[in-house]
Amino acid sequence: MKEEIIVSGRMNQLVDPHLHIWHWQISLYLFLGGMAAGILAIAALYFIRGREKDYHTAVRITPFLAPVLLIFGLIALFIDLRHKLFFWQLYTNIKLQSPMSWGAWTLMVITPVSFIWCALHIKEIFPRWDWKYKWLFEIEKFFNKHKKTLAWIMLIYAIILGIYTGILLSAFNARPLWNTSILGPLFLTSGLSAGAAVTLILSRNKAERKQFARIDLVLIGIELFLIIHMFMGFLASTQVQIEAAELFLGGPYTMSFWIFVVILGMIIPALLEIMELGKFHVPSIVPAVLVIFGSLMLRFIVVYAGQVSRWLY
Amino acid sequence: MRYAMAVDTRKCVGCSDCVVACQTENNVPIGFCRDWVVQVMDGTYPQLEMEIRSERCNHCANAPCVRCCPTGASRIDEGGIVVVDHGVCIGCGACIASCPYDARYPHPEGYVDKCTFCIHRLKNGMSPACVDVCPTKCLYFGDLDDLNSDIAAVLKKRKSKTLIPEAGTDPHLYFLI
Repeated sequence: MKEEIIVSGRMNQLVDPHLHIWHWQISLYLFLGGMAAGILAIAALYFIRGREKDYHTAVRITPFLAPVLLIFGLIALFIDLRHKLFFWQLYTNIKLQSPMSWGAWTLMVITPVSFIWCALHIKEIFPRWDWKYKWLFEIEKFFNKHKKTLAWIMLIYAIILGIYTGILLSAFNARPLWNTSILGPLFLTSGLSAGAAVTLILSRNKAERKQFARIDLVLIGIELFLIIHMFMGFLASTQVQIEAAELFLGGPYTMSFWIFVVILGMIIPALLEIMELGKFHVPSIVPAVLVIFGSLMLRFIVVYAGQVSRWLY
Repeated sequence: MRYAMAVDTRKCVGCSDCVVACQTENNVPIGFCRDWVVQVMDGTYPQLEMEIRSERCNHCANAPCVRCCPTGASRIDEGGIVVVDHGVCIGCGACIASCPYDARYPHPEGYVDKCTFCIHRLKNGMSPACVDVCPTKCLYFGDLDDLNSDIAAVLKKRKSKTLIPEAGTDPHLYFLI
């Protein structure tokens, strides 16, 4: 038997007895950022493909949520900083090796782009909107002219944002549970799925709702595949990663992960969507809310469980 | 130049003088520490083995904390010492999460703090406070590139190990076994 104890006494706040440096702020941000990324990516993709008329809500209405989500996410990130007044240091340099630096710069691009996208569609929400000043009309004209370029920028940066929410965690080899490259695609898919769910709630068009139920179904399938793949990878890896996986396979996070994320957040909404695509009528808000809830729980559970997993020495 | 430290686990008695010396020298706030003592008990009675280690930041050559830092506050200074610029640190915690040795802590003033090998003392030609104060002289410190230094000599003579080298960090805190 081997027993290891710190005999000099060590109780570094937020580090001992196990790491708990990141709390609800980071989890909430990863969720809001991921969902905003999903909304914007879908809107940009359908605009580029010229399906604006068919998917009116997804391209023109749902994106109004994105800047709100991003702003709340940024506020959460700011609350998380412990040396708040120095936050501007993020924008004094670009650190290619640090995912957080990438993320900060990505947010710097995608947030204004999401505002511009909403401004171009403001008449959808306020039909009698008037820009009042001539220079504002000029700016609107400029972006309307280059809307396709704007959509491409939005699509690319939304995907970077969605992947980055996962890569932020997977860059830490000190936390074996996070240290898997599956986390990037998994969080991107989960964000896209939550984004599609928002359109499912907001859309008044039956054909559009049906299409987004289909999209969501495919995304949930991909997510389930990625989760199985992630556990296969862990269990075939080193002892520390096997132990990280065991947090979810019999360990303290088993119930919350499989019940909230997999069953309530993926399997039940998938079944409801299959029923809806068939003959039964299911109010589409039910699977959509479950998907969004599952997406939120995924972030919380992965952020918290990752901090429990560690190298043994 | 490459600074490193070696801890003689056979001479260390676990008195924690290094911890107190560090807290005093570096004004470490009450309740926190930059170094600590680990006691490992292995085996079953009566075949027991004990190892005592005075641990601190490993000043890794491939430091994950430096890699993850978004602002460049965590950086590798002269001699391979990993330091944090307090005025650049935003307190995001990425470096704390990235350290497999849990050697960093958030200072109550907001920035992240850790062992610096007493870089301010090194600049004045002195040794780190923990090395100077150790009553059993079990801490060796010096320049690995200088073959005549204490540390180069002791690492050549004795068997040593580093902590979780498999994490790919290339640590520079050695334990003589």
